[in-house]
Amino acid sequence: MIPSIPRNGALRAAYTAYVVLFFVYLALPLTVVAAFAFNDSQFPSLPWEGFTLAWFFGAERPMIGVFHERPILRALGTSGFVGLCVAALSVAVGTCNAFLFNRYEFRGKGLLYVLMLLPLVVPGIVLGISILVFSSRVANTAWDLAQWDIQALRPGLLLVVLGQFSFITTITTLVIAARLQKFDRTLEEAALNLGANRLTAVRTVTIPYLMPALVGAFVVGFLMSFENFNTTLMLVGSDAPLTIAMFDRLKEGSTPLLNAVSLLLMVGSSLLALLMIAFQRRA
Amino acid sequence: MTGTSARLGFVLLLAPAALWLTLLIVIPHIDLFLVSLRERIGVGQYTTSFANYGTFLDEPLYLMTFARTAIMSVLATALTLLIGFPVAYYIAKLARGRTRSVLFLLCLVPFWVSELVRTFGWMILLRETGLVSSLLQWAGLAAGPVELLYNDAAIMVGLVYTSMLFMVVPLITTLDSLDDAVIEAGYDLGGSAPSILREIVIPHAMPGIVSGCIVVFMLSLGNYLTPIMLGGKDSLWFTELIYSQFILRFNWELGAAFGFVLLLLSSVIVWGTLRLTGQTLRETMG
Repeated sequence: MIPSIPRNGALRAAYTAYVVLFFVYLALPLTVVAAFAFNDSQFPSLPWEGFTLAWFFGAERPMIGVFHERPILRALGTSGFVGLCVAALSVAVGTCNAFLFNRYEFRGKGLLYVLMLLPLVVPGIVLGISILVFSSRVANTAWDLAQWDIQALRPGLLLVVLGQFSFITTITTLVIAARLQKFDRTLEEAALNLGANRLTAVRTVTIPYLMPALVGAFVVGFLMSFENFNTTLMLVGSDAPLTIAMFDRLKEGSTPLLNAVSLLLMVGSSLLALLMIAFQRRA
Repeated sequence: MTGTSARLGFVLLLAPAALWLTLLIVIPHIDLFLVSLRERIGVGQYTTSFANYGTFLDEPLYLMTFARTAIMSVLATALTLLIGFPVAYYIAKLARGRTRSVLFLLCLVPFWVSELVRTFGWMILLRETGLVSSLLQWAGLAAGPVELLYNDAAIMVGLVYTSMLFMVVPLITTLDSLDDAVIEAGYDLGGSAPSILREIVIPHAMPGIVSGCIVVFMLSLGNYLTPIMLGGKDSLWFTELIYSQFILRFNWELGAAFGFVLLLLSSVIVWGTLRLTGQTLRETMG
């Protein structure tokens, strides 16, 4: 079953057909979501009532488009804000972790590494409730001891950010550590020989080398945060990020408005992904 | 590098990791366990006991939901592997050059959009007024609208779809590292396609298979969105029980016990799989 070994033609055709079918399966739901964003009807289903852009730009009932739908726009903003916070925080901590594991030998390093991987194997919903339980305990204790009402520790954006950060950091660490592993440390030593101090050497030599990984980790972190559902669901307060807001709408029944939002999301994340690939090609 | 500054650098780099892991991972999970051991005996009065775990074991609905979630997740993992393996093999070994990178990218594309959008797509396809139902009626295969949502098959389709990437990518990576010459040697030595698959390809791909299976299993077990949206109200998924105890009934003690049981199951399965195949978490994930 490799190109250099001749195979029977029928088998080969069947195999290719299977692979084609697989990609149809992958593409089907997304294509359908995208197509019905343009259907001139109250429901994202057949029959096709004609092409319209009202679900994007429509300003009056019954067809209010995405760009005039306040709650959705606000949720989009919330998601973007949370995503940026999570991405920035997890890239910063991930970079520290990568250096820690790459440059230092210490007791308990192996244990710490395994501990660092654990968030990937804890179900997101359990991660969410454990942080919810712990932060409420801290908030309750603060109230009992000093009558402090720490609103930030109640379900809300801070907890959402922390919850997503808690597992996305593992991923950013792995991405950044993989590139740091390939770094030729003699380059840093050369900088030291030329009179730079350690920090300058890292800043001017190592960090530029890591840039593609840092950008990649930032984009991945942002997208993972933007898409996260399970952990967010348990920690969300009154400001719902987009996935939660869309989920609430979907439960009540769907209009092509949701298709339009979804299509915009698809376009947005594809652009982001392409940008990242382009950046990494160049670097 | 002087001793003190190296020490300072080390402490500064260790601090974020230590804070992150203790405050967001270790302590919250210990706290979750402690809460699960609390038994409410009156208003604001608690004792320590395993009563919540007892409730879990005594109530057939809870146990059944738990078993069902575990079995469906195993099934979803097996299906994902069966469906994904040939595709991964095709991309890693048969496709060449540009086709190969395009196919690889195509595999990734669906996963740049949120699970919610993917699930929504399946709802549009499968529901009573959906595309598949209309197609069946048009083809004369069904007399009236067919409801394809809200059953186990729909949940399965959604779960397999949602986790496919996490199976295909590690498989492609490991299959890619298998030298074609080894397969040729297998043929030279008189092997047939099935025997080569069994003796050479699958053993070589084992690390990829294991890490793919672990991730897919974890994702299915912890999934909330897909079972709820595609399986409907009676989907009986364990995460739904956790959600309803925590958010709807405000019974955190029981919810925490459920959460811990879920965590235990996933840890046991991950550990068991690694043990059986002689791998470590480090090589599989890191």
